[in-house]
Amino acid sequence: MNTIWSTTIRPGGKWSGTIGRGKLIRFTALEAGANVSIQLYNAKDLTERYNMPDTLKAQHTARLTRGNVLMSDNGRVLAGIVQDSLGWHDPLGGYSYREGTDAKYGRTDYQAQRNDWLRSGQENFAIELVRCGLGMRDMMPVVNLFSKVSVDESGRMIYDPAHCPANASVTLRTEMDTVLILSNTPNPLDPRPEYPSVPVWVEVLAADPLDDRDYCVNYRPENRRAYENTWEYYALLGV
Amino acid sequence: MLTVFNRVESARRAEDAIHDEVIPAGDGWMHELQSGQTLRIVDLEGNQAADTLFYDADNSEDHYSAVATIAAQGNVYLTTGSVLLAESGKPLVTIVADTCGRHDTVGGSCSAQSNTVRYAHEKLHMHNCRDTFMLQLSKQRDVRYTKRDLAPNVNFFMNVPVSEDGGLTFADGVSSPGAYVELQANARTMVLISNCPQLNNPCNAYNPTPVRVLVWDR
Repeated sequence: MNTIWSTTIRPGGKWSGTIGRGKLIRFTALEAGANVSIQLYNAKDLTERYNMPDTLKAQHTARLTRGNVLMSDNGRVLAGIVQDSLGWHDPLGGYSYREGTDAKYGRTDYQAQRNDWLRSGQENFAIELVRCGLGMRDMMPVVNLFSKVSVDESGRMIYDPAHCPANASVTLRTEMDTVLILSNTPNPLDPRPEYPSVPVWVEVLAADPLDDRDYCVNYRPENRRAYENTWEYYALLGV
Repeated sequence: MLTVFNRVESARRAEDAIHDEVIPAGDGWMHELQSGQTLRIVDLEGNQAADTLFYDADNSEDHYSAVATIAAQGNVYLTTGSVLLAESGKPLVTIVADTCGRHDTVGGSCSAQSNTVRYAHEKLHMHNCRDTFMLQLSKQRDVRYTKRDLAPNVNFFMNVPVSEDGGLTFADGVSSPGAYVELQANARTMVLISNCPQLNNPCNAYNPTPVRVLVWDR
């Protein structure tokens, strides 16, 4: 397939950029135990963004996998999950904070460790949001790719440390022009004492046009209506 | 399932409250709590959903974070003892009494647009919580709050069980007439409530009803 661009996000790394609609974004964990927190915004209107509750309740799910779509607060599809080797990505665990990172892995800073200091999702997202003209005000629940957090009957959240093997992959197909922000930082619910250090490969590829038998479109009637809302948006824009 | 419900009563008396008001279904309420003040929300007729957001009143850009709150306590449900955190991690309010026993913060608020997705395109006209939130924000004279600040909220009295295999449903209410929850402010906190008008699912038993809000100085 036609790769447009690719990069490797090192452990603790971050990235943000605009990706046009109709593209595939493939994430590959180069080692076991990855977690990449992602956040998506409509590139044309940054006040429209991935909305965790609207996404989960429309699809009656607390985990994300192939067929699920990431919906915006305006009832549109920012991206669909078109491929997934894992069956579960976590929409509930949130991102790591500086305080929690220091408490769990030991205090680090740039002065002492230079670029090996342990980054937090909080700082990574803050920097990329400000770079995009936004701020932490615009921070909303993320999707944690490669992580599984299940919930038992009492509501307890349980992270599965064995969930993600090396070479696990998940692919999004953008349905809107999207600003993607990502942070390769630990899931806050990951109990392992060592800072996970898994590089993740990100590729952007051209996607085939949607057809009527598309898996994400047909996954649930709710998904089809969210796609219809999205197509209507672009029809009105005339692009 | 009943074993996980944690019911704690309060000794506060209505006659001592400094503020006492009924919010009809479909209406909103925006009110600033001073540090140490306590807010009680009463589900007057049972099975109602009170969609509620919190902001650091000293930094309106710092909204309630559902996921920071549940990750910090390691549990998706809110009840007595839950500390509700802002996006920055700052504690905003603590649940100090709760006769319902369990509240949702994963289900968010209904909106005109999400109703078109969840039910039918023809549902666009129906009143919804997001509209109530936005109408309340529009009434703020200093326009500090905008759509950017509408983070996922708490649904007091609402039952959204998450199953071990990752399922999520809007189930029948677990609240009964007169059930209440009390929140004490850890810091000066703006509270934004939409008393949910949803008619398409059982989150309020298909019959939206009033809630009562009371505030005490401590």
